[in-house]
Amino acid sequence: MKLQEESQGMTIQVLIIISIKMTKDFKRPDGRKVEELRPIKAKVGVVPNADGSAMFQFGDTIAIAAVYGPKEHHPRNQRDPEKGTLRCNYNMLSFSVTDRIRPGPSRRSTEISKITQWALEPVLMVEQFSNMVIDVHIDIIQADASTRCAGINAAALALAHAGIPMRNLVSSVSIGKLDKQLVVDVSKYEEDWEEGEGATDIPISMTPDGEMTHIQLDGMINNEELIEAVKLARKATKQIYEIQKKALKEAIN
Amino acid sequence: MTGDRIKQYLSHGKRFDARLPDEFRDIVIETNVSNKAEGSVRVKLGKTEVVVGIKMNVSEPYPDSPNKGNLMVTAELLPLSSPRFESGPPKFEAIELGRLVDRVVRESKLIDVEKLCIKEGEKVWTIFIDVYSINDDGNLLDAAAIGALAALKNAKMTKYDDKEGKVLFGEVTNQNVPLAKHLPFSITLYKVGDNFLVDPTREEEDVSETKINIGRSAKGIHSMQKGGVAPVSPEEFKKGLEMSEKVYNDILKKVEKYLK
Repeated sequence: MKLQEESQGMTIQVLIIISIKMTKDFKRPDGRKVEELRPIKAKVGVVPNADGSAMFQFGDTIAIAAVYGPKEHHPRNQRDPEKGTLRCNYNMLSFSVTDRIRPGPSRRSTEISKITQWALEPVLMVEQFSNMVIDVHIDIIQADASTRCAGINAAALALAHAGIPMRNLVSSVSIGKLDKQLVVDVSKYEEDWEEGEGATDIPISMTPDGEMTHIQLDGMINNEELIEAVKLARKATKQIYEIQKKALKEAIN
Repeated sequence: MTGDRIKQYLSHGKRFDARLPDEFRDIVIETNVSNKAEGSVRVKLGKTEVVVGIKMNVSEPYPDSPNKGNLMVTAELLPLSSPRFESGPPKFEAIELGRLVDRVVRESKLIDVEKLCIKEGEKVWTIFIDVYSINDDGNLLDAAAIGALAALKNAKMTKYDDKEGKVLFGEVTNQNVPLAKHLPFSITLYKVGDNFLVDPTREEEDVSETKINIGRSAKGIHSMQKGGVAPVSPEEFKKGLEMSEKVYNDILKKVEKYLK
């Protein structure tokens, strides 16, 4: 312990050097650069029944989202006279992953549903539809990690497509730490990284102004690295925002 | 209001979208829509859309069929696909959908279940067919059955390690699911007023009081179930059966090119 404290100063220096070096040489399994997103596709209007809908794809991860509302909120006792309610519902199709998952809600999907609501609500002008509810349904058609991020991106697009008053869009990306290397937009292969310190997964959602509406983290990371991760997320979400904006414009034309 | 008008039109053999009572909407099938599934398809029937995926696993056979593989069909009516569907445990409509598709596949003996036996009495394959609605504009049932058939045709068997007795998930062989040659479809006749129609839009399905689901192939009828409260007379029934045969050929013509 004592030895560690003494050498800490030096360790950080060494780390910085190593991390600069690694950034240049680090090879990602799919050949991407560390800050490179997977190919993105975004499209709105994929579910004709819905008031607004969108598909968002990061590489092999495909999410679709549909918005119904604002509409009457049932049961009545859940109505909020001050503001509208946003209800999100995240669901993975049973065959979207290698081992079939049992259809229907799970503890994981319940949590992600809530996280998604928290990520999106800050940009919605909920004060404009008091006593009403907006339902956002997100389904993962094909999963290759970062499904919640793809879901949030699709949901933000679907809300905008539904014409719901919003202050801004939300864009989401997962930053990963593979051993000591930070990377943008984690794939499944990278999520299961076992070498060195293993994988740390940090999904982050931001508005184009850089306000963070959502962050989660699983793994192990230090302060400096985490701050760096948020910076990377800022850059990546800006790129995603541009793609989202383009998808919305295409829908109008 | 709309209901009365639909009935009135139909009594003259007409429909809102200019189709004939026994005419299906255009069918589009896309394959490999979800790459982790052993087989997957998207079926579009007009504006109605379903996604169907195949997964498999090895398990013990049922004691009364020690040398036969198992089949399990589940359907979920995603809240995403219609304002009518809500989250929560499956309601009757979803259970009915899964069970009817199950019977179209099972009763037609489409899958050669004996070839799914790995070791008699101990290990057999279970094939999961999972149906999800993406957009409901009526007749999810027949769309789902087309999806089940197309997904099975699209699927490759998962790799199985005989020595270890383990399924190697994520690794597929180039072997197809053992299927018979005939092509079973579900044809559901909806009674609206005094007439039958097939492939209803949502509006048409809503005014229908009775439906007869028929699973049939070129070999004949494999399964049937009447749903809804209105009775059907023997004459109507006979007319319906003749109609279903014609409709079978209509569907076959529309999907044949996708099922090669």
